[in-house]
Amino acid sequence: MNAAWLPLTALATSLLVAVTIFALPEEARRLRTTINIGAAVVKIILVTLMVRRVAAGHEDIFSFQVIGGLDFVLRIDALGVMFAGLSSLLWLCTTIYAIGYLEGSANRKRFFGFFSLCVASTIGIALADNLFTFLIFYEMLTLSTYPLVVHRGTEQALNAGRVYLRYTLSAGVVLLLGAVLLNNLTGDQSFSSEEGLGDYLNDHRGLLTLIFILLVSGLAVKAAMVPLHGWLPRAMVAPAPVSALLHAVAVVKAGAFGILRVVYDLYGIELSVELGVITGLAVAASITIIYGSLRAIAQQELKPLLAFSTVSQVSYVILGIGIFGPFGTVGALAHLLHQGLMKVTLFFCAGNYAEELGIHRIDEMDGAGKRMPLTSIAFTIGALGMIGLPPVAGFITKWYLGVGAIQAEMYWVVAVLVASSTLNAMYFLPILHRLWFRPGPSHGKGSWPHEQRLGRLETHGWLLWPMVFTALISLGAGLFAGLPYSPLDWAARVASGEYLP
Amino acid sequence: MTWRFGLFDSTFAPLVSTHWALLVALVFPLLMGGLAALFPPKRAWPVVLASVPLLASGGVLLIAFQEAGLLGWQWEIAGLILSLRLNGLSVLLLLTTQCIVVAAALYTPGHFRLTEPGPLARWLWPLMGVALSALSLIWLATDLLTLYIALELMGLAAVGMLMLSGKAPALLAGMRYLLLALVGSLTYLLGVALILGQWGRLDLQGLAEVIEPGPVAWFAAALIGAGLALKAALFPLHAWLTPVHENAWTPVSALHAGLVIKASMFMLLQLWSILLPDTFYAPRIIAWLGLLAIVWGGLLAWRTDSLKTLVASSTVAQLGYLMVAFPLLLGPDIAPLPRALAWEGFWLQLVGHAFAKAAMFMAAGNLILATGEHTLKGLAGTSRRLPLSLLVFGIASITLMGLPPSSGFTAKWMLLEAMIITQQWWAVAALLTGTLLTAAYVFRMFRYSFDETAPRHRYQPLAPGMDLIAMLLALTAFALGLLAHFPLELMHGGSP
Repeated sequence: MNAAWLPLTALATSLLVAVTIFALPEEARRLRTTINIGAAVVKIILVTLMVRRVAAGHEDIFSFQVIGGLDFVLRIDALGVMFAGLSSLLWLCTTIYAIGYLEGSANRKRFFGFFSLCVASTIGIALADNLFTFLIFYEMLTLSTYPLVVHRGTEQALNAGRVYLRYTLSAGVVLLLGAVLLNNLTGDQSFSSEEGLGDYLNDHRGLLTLIFILLVSGLAVKAAMVPLHGWLPRAMVAPAPVSALLHAVAVVKAGAFGILRVVYDLYGIELSVELGVITGLAVAASITIIYGSLRAIAQQELKPLLAFSTVSQVSYVILGIGIFGPFGTVGALAHLLHQGLMKVTLFFCAGNYAEELGIHRIDEMDGAGKRMPLTSIAFTIGALGMIGLPPVAGFITKWYLGVGAIQAEMYWVVAVLVASSTLNAMYFLPILHRLWFRPGPSHGKGSWPHEQRLGRLETHGWLLWPMVFTALISLGAGLFAGLPYSPLDWAARVASGEYLP
Repeated sequence: MTWRFGLFDSTFAPLVSTHWALLVALVFPLLMGGLAALFPPKRAWPVVLASVPLLASGGVLLIAFQEAGLLGWQWEIAGLILSLRLNGLSVLLLLTTQCIVVAAALYTPGHFRLTEPGPLARWLWPLMGVALSALSLIWLATDLLTLYIALELMGLAAVGMLMLSGKAPALLAGMRYLLLALVGSLTYLLGVALILGQWGRLDLQGLAEVIEPGPVAWFAAALIGAGLALKAALFPLHAWLTPVHENAWTPVSALHAGLVIKASMFMLLQLWSILLPDTFYAPRIIAWLGLLAIVWGGLLAWRTDSLKTLVASSTVAQLGYLMVAFPLLLGPDIAPLPRALAWEGFWLQLVGHAFAKAAMFMAAGNLILATGEHTLKGLAGTSRRLPLSLLVFGIASITLMGLPPSSGFTAKWMLLEAMIITQQWWAVAALLTGTLLTAAYVFRMFRYSFDETAPRHRYQPLAPGMDLIAMLLALTAFALGLLAHFPLELMHGGSP
């Protein structure tokens, strides 16, 4: 039975919320909050429903014709549900966080309206079943993120917004060209078709490679792969919830997810290997991983450090694609979720330090563990996960990637993994040391840059609990990776669909 | 190619009801315009009442076309045969015209209430009526003489409307426009005279059969082309456009940029498809000029400090998209598939741009009215105070940038596909460059509006509905992207 309403409703919940929020007056704070959280909960219920239907083997499709030979198609599949689940779970957390974070500041209506629009775009990206539909939501994400990046309206924010648009709109044009070329060559190509593009290999080898390069370089901008990553650290000027959801999860993951779609669902892994583009991807990803980590080490401030860490970590997903074999794929897919959970936790922590204590620079963090224990524990979990220590989720990913690399006899990838873990440790461990082992203002030495007592606990409850929740999930995803419906289990399910007939 | 314009004999005689609908569509605007000149409407509701029969006539014609296919009417008046036809394209353009004119008319009372436009304001209504009737006639006419009369009427009405604001620069720009429009008409008329002298007839359908390629046809096409290009503000004959819009009233600008210049574009394509069906160079020259138009218009809009100039210059660039598609529509040896794609993309782009540009002029007008500033810098901080006007501007500019899911995007997709099939890579480059340039000037404007550090101004509150009307237009242009199937379906049918 085809439940066409399901993908449509999932998309519509966030879209309608955006429209409603724009229609409400700025002062209707309580109503806006209720609608926001209500819709986020509904969305999680819908995604749970999707997960169950995919697990039961249903395929729900919604489609209509746009022009002759070109359809708008939404389809629920295992890979899409993965991304949809990530974005809707984190939407709820980040919405709660943002309500606390933006308390009393201006332009909240605009913020939450475009925020919902962003989430709607990610759901559309997750469920899109052909390149045309994907492109629609991909560009929608670009546009709806811009007002969030420039939200503060300062000179710096406006400049960051301009850089962001330069990168992403140019990428959109490149992607559009690739999409039209491909559509021209093969007709409307569904992500669900089994054949891949192998039939065109003999006659159009050069063209296929060209299209692959166009598509992937268009997507790599959002995935912040070196040298197309320049927008991401600058965009950190945005408020913390935006950095958390959009620049740790939605936007960069949309790029990585698009590359997954192109390689696995559009070209097919065999064809990608045959064209030789896979190795190119792996090399580009490795360069990005090392470069991002090196730049992160050099940062003085917390948020840019996390941004460069994102640059580095997102490319693990790409690296996983580049390791031809089931383990690499499982690692890539699982990391899509794991990295999102851990990075969003880290950004929440960074936001809390900034809000509660006014900490922006790393050297101001001495002894913060005593003043804000929960936040610091959450930060520690996230940081250890990023380094890849068990039992946090990040370990699972690195393990699978490493095993995949050895199976595929790509030993240099193992070297990259080791090097990057070392580098991760080099920029995260000093922070942990500062947090827990150095005396700071709470030990009576100096004072915090700008301390506010926002709540009864260490900070405002709206800021605290979402962070605790995501930290626990990051831990749980690693501890209980063997249970059904864990990220790893689901990633294995997607990968087995890809490699086993 | 000419069958696409519906220039063949219709199978069915039109029903009586369609005669009435036709009469309403063509004459009713004149009556209402006259009435409004005597009793200028102070509120929007009389305009709503007046627009009901008008839109109903459009609806009746749409239904009649869907049932019977091509409709043709013929009358003999004083020895002259006047014939009109209605095919899918005419229906589409007629409905577009009616919607935009009604929107502009609904916008006007609120605009006048806030601006105190002076005693000449009442004459806007009859001129608007004349422009609507003339536009409708252009979409329907089948001979060169009727086309000429309608073109002239439309042009004069447009000049009149643009000069009504009565400011000295408006008068100056208007006089220049008048002179150029007259030169354009005269050139067009010369071409028509040449055709009449050579082939002795003026009906398009007959001409399509008898015209042979040769110096006369080329020369006539060149004259007609030059005249129409001048009126359509095609690059490099666009310089009159910006000053005219700089000083005109908002609803007038919306009408002019959305519809009036499109009518000349329509005639140019229609007449060239008869006169130059298989010429290689002429459409390519237009396309190369289109490439320059995209770049030049984009740069003008990018560098300007005035909001209205930005919107007006963007029209020059957007017309470039249409010009670039000419070699896909006219010329020898074009495969059917790219030609069909380009044909549909062309009209979708034209209709989408008409709605979006009208919406954009209204949004810009609202911003200027509310802030009292004409420059981009004056918009600083408006994102907080005038979010709705900005949102309208944003939605309209999504269509202009051709980003999904707007009609501009779907049209661009179709044009790109046609260009790739025919391997016109420079045209592909032109379209993609255009996207980036458009984004550059649109977001330059948004950059100012998001500035939170600017000093606070006092804002004039707008009449309710002024933003709403613009929003409806912008949303129409936006929605036509995913719903492109419906307008394009109109053009599918109707081959003889």
